[in-house]
Amino acid sequence: MTNELLNELTFFVLAVFVGIEVISKVPTMLHTPLMSGTNAIHGIILVGALLIAAGASSPVTVILGFMAVVLATTNVVGGFVVTDRMLEMFKGRQAAAKTPEAAKTR
Amino acid sequence: MSTLYALAYLLAAVLFILGLKQLSSPRTARNGNYTAAAGMIIALAATVPRLHFTGAGAIIVLIGVIVGGAVGTIGARQVKMTAIPQMVALFNGAGGGAAALVAVSELLKFGSHPPINEALPSVFSIVIGSVSFAGSLVAFAKLQELMTGTPITYPGQQLVNGLIAAAIIGFVIAVLAIASIPFSFLSLMVLALILGVAFVLPIGGADMPVVISLLNAFTGLAVAATGFTLNNFALIVAGTLVGASGSLLTKLMSDAMGRSLGNVLFGAFGQVRTGAGAAVAGKQGRTVRTASIEDLATLLAYSRRVIVVPGYGLAVAQAQHAVRELADLLEKKGVEVNYAIHPVAGRMPGHMNVLLAEANVPYEQLKEMDEINDEFKDADVVLVVGANDVVNPAARTSPGSPIYGMPILNADQAKNIVFLKRSMRPGFAGIDNDLLYDPKTIMLFGDAKDSLTKLVTAVKAA
Repeated sequence: MTNELLNELTFFVLAVFVGIEVISKVPTMLHTPLMSGTNAIHGIILVGALLIAAGASSPVTVILGFMAVVLATTNVVGGFVVTDRMLEMFKGRQAAAKTPEAAKTR
Repeated sequence: MSTLYALAYLLAAVLFILGLKQLSSPRTARNGNYTAAAGMIIALAATVPRLHFTGAGAIIVLIGVIVGGAVGTIGARQVKMTAIPQMVALFNGAGGGAAALVAVSELLKFGSHPPINEALPSVFSIVIGSVSFAGSLVAFAKLQELMTGTPITYPGQQLVNGLIAAAIIGFVIAVLAIASIPFSFLSLMVLALILGVAFVLPIGGADMPVVISLLNAFTGLAVAATGFTLNNFALIVAGTLVGASGSLLTKLMSDAMGRSLGNVLFGAFGQVRTGAGAAVAGKQGRTVRTASIEDLATLLAYSRRVIVVPGYGLAVAQAQHAVRELADLLEKKGVEVNYAIHPVAGRMPGHMNVLLAEANVPYEQLKEMDEINDEFKDADVVLVVGANDVVNPAARTSPGSPIYGMPILNADQAKNIVFLKRSMRPGFAGIDNDLLYDPKTIMLFGDAKDSLTKLVTAVKAA
């Protein structure tokens, strides 16, 4: 096993634990936005798509590269924008969340 | 200089982790999305200097980014709030497809004999990415109602799915051992696409959120595997983060429905027939009670406690503003109004919170199921707006029902139950609801927004 592979496996295993730990306390109402947010993050595949598409020379790699770039860009851009649209809706409730204190003292 | 991009990837990974953390709390969620987006921009910017363009490469990258960016932006901006779940499915499928394509194209570089440490993760990425792509498209079609939302099953289905999976495993071994099979990677992709379709077909439309979440985790893993092929740190870490958090999220979602993940994914087998049978029996020879708008308005205006149960029908009719108007009016008349939010009301967990927040419904009136379930017995009226399965007592009483065991809102314990519904059609899970025939229940047929607007006018007069 090469050193590089060993490093990569280390990152992989640590990332598994971080990924589980970091969202373990998410409330139900954020399940959908969180799923959409993680969906945008795996759009990082665009980095890979760019790397292979840039160097494409044969017809097969040009076609594969082009499709990969289109799909990956759609994933990144659409993912972040649609997540923002969902979370935009929560804006109102933060303002509203401050009123209960006022209501209680009434 | 050559390590600069690696540092940028590290920074991106940190921002992804912080972004996920912020996304798990309502106060910081929106910033969390920006944090993650910043990480993405840094990772992409650091990648650009590493690209060695061929002539054709430069053109396809430029056009590809423009086309993908336009599709993503327009899709995400134009989609209606009610259709967001299926949009997420499409974006997820795009990511899975991209991961598989990158893996195929990287493998082609090695000709017919790729080294095993390249071939193994690539093959994994091709299979998982393709399953995610095809599965997401089926999930999209089910939610968009391009095809039936009810589970599609046929005799021997498990056997067929098992055979497809076995064929893929056999093919993978052949590819890894012999490696010089013509078009082997593309054939593998086709097999995995078929498996993706076959996997999602037997799952009902109501369970699609869980499926999309699972496929989201799949895509994350496919991306991580592609990272191993390309020896790319950013792909490995970001993909694995999504794979791990997505898997946990999938489990949390099925927990919220009171089901095990296995039951969601494979529960359709053998259960559908009993469910359908019960529905037919239920429809025969039973009558429902209706009332005039004025009667209902009086009932509401002279109640002390009203609980609103919103569902998908509210989202479809865009009735969130109308329901708030009615609630405000009732509150002015001294009626206590609360909203009972079932974890899976609508088509996605959190769907109702988002919609009602948009209409500025006060935060403290939105109650989660556990918080409000004991209060139904003291409620004078439960106003069910476009919801059905989440108040269906069959979940408690009918072991044959597909939703048996799902925790439901105790709407049946209230003194009066008012259903605003378009028709007697069963809910998304496709099962009849006994509560509609309950003597305490009053039906008000029609579009939720129309009905609510009429009720507002009538309550003003009452």
